[in-house]
Amino acid sequence: MCLGVPGRIVSIDGVVATVDFWGVRRAVRLELVDEPVQPGDYVLNHVGFAIRRIPEEDIQGTLDLYESLLHGEGDLMAADVRSELAATPEQGPDA
Amino acid sequence: MPEATGGGLGAEELRLRRSPHGTGGGLRPASEPDGARELKFRDPARARELGLALTAAADAMGRTVSLMHVCGSHEQAIARYGLRASFPRSLDVIMGPGCPVCITDTPEVDEGVALARQGVTIATYGDMVKVPGTVLSLGDVQAEGAKVEVVYSVSQAVELARATRDPVVFFATGFETTAVATAAALLAGVPDNFFVLSAHKYIPPVMEIVAEMPGSRVEGFLAAGHAATITGWGVFEAFVERHKLPVVVAGFEPLDILAALLKLVELVRDGKPEVVNMFPRCVTREGNRNAQEQLFKVFRPAGGRWRGIAHVPNGNLRLRDEWAHVDARRRFDIDLRPLWQYAPPALVQDCICGDIMAGIANPKQCKLFGKECVPDTPVGACMVSSEGTCKIWHLYGGVPDLADAPRAEVQP
Repeated sequence: MCLGVPGRIVSIDGVVATVDFWGVRRAVRLELVDEPVQPGDYVLNHVGFAIRRIPEEDIQGTLDLYESLLHGEGDLMAADVRSELAATPEQGPDA
Repeated sequence: MPEATGGGLGAEELRLRRSPHGTGGGLRPASEPDGARELKFRDPARARELGLALTAAADAMGRTVSLMHVCGSHEQAIARYGLRASFPRSLDVIMGPGCPVCITDTPEVDEGVALARQGVTIATYGDMVKVPGTVLSLGDVQAEGAKVEVVYSVSQAVELARATRDPVVFFATGFETTAVATAAALLAGVPDNFFVLSAHKYIPPVMEIVAEMPGSRVEGFLAAGHAATITGWGVFEAFVERHKLPVVVAGFEPLDILAALLKLVELVRDGKPEVVNMFPRCVTREGNRNAQEQLFKVFRPAGGRWRGIAHVPNGNLRLRDEWAHVDARRRFDIDLRPLWQYAPPALVQDCICGDIMAGIANPKQCKLFGKECVPDTPVGACMVSSEGTCKIWHLYGGVPDLADAPRAEVQP
């Protein structure tokens, strides 16, 4: 539940960003993020809110980790990551 | 929250899409055998090296060293990669109160149950529906016809309220990582018929309680990476000062966990009670100041019971007076007495979930584990949540089962 999920910001409209998670686009709120973000940045999303901007040098490592986590049916970590996406509404500003 | 799939994103949907990130093909097709990949580390050589170093350091202590982590995701990773089977015998890694669903106390569930029975719509995270109150769960009253809606986020609960004139109460559970979302949603504005029943919990104070428990053998703590993303690692400095126990902040990758455990054993060995941040890519000393500000604008820490742990001073997050108008406890007359006229089911009286949450027992010591108590028909909260020790052990096997499994660090 506290695992979060990383994604790339496609566009921003006010406090809502359209974020791409492995080809799935979701609307992520930006009120909680720790520093200013712009399209192209990666953020860690938890229950529909970005809680951290992922620094450039950590992007690849973070994505690799989550890709390895997402495998497996009936796997609790994979299920938690998927439920993070389910927690994030589909309508982005440009959707 | 694996049970809750309604409106969610299925595994297949995710698998079939290609990665936009240029990470070399993205997610693998579903046809690839998952089982074969399950126990692989991204860097097996590093894992082997860390495993050996950990064994050497723990064995050199010449006695058992008990360390506690407070995070369901850590337990998932430890179990999923079979780490516990590879730990030396002299190292005891215990899961403490790190499952937010599990530590939601019985009377808090009762408040939700009572409100639902009074005709109020309760919106809550999927796992909460099965968590037993004193005699009933939210699922039980849902079956009786009460309106209990599963949501994945506070925003979905707010949407539910916008779509109706009836009162909607968001039964808000989770640690600071999740509480900040509730705070931000309230600060962004909610409709008049939206209320919050806060069972949010704050992790740092409970570590004090566990450290002070009579008979506690815990000599060091592994702190959860993402909770610390919000609070910052500086929040543990006062704890270390008071209890003279080291705290290491760790990420969720098995390598992160092995490295953090090794660091903890070294700190114990050297008698160095300090905070070490082994997850710098996510955690800073100050944490996410912006999120902290919003959290404490809406919530105040208050004492309260955690299931199985006892009273935790400042361990609960309650709505501040300025938010009384959305506080379900102040806006509704919640009468719990009708729920307490019955004796709890006999099985519940045998459940040792409390001792498991406190880290003084493990699931194998419960006579219900895997027999009367299984994920489909859980007796206690620890078997309900994907972050509960019992459910994790039930799915991946506990210590003895894993002894026969292929060792994670020797997988090519």
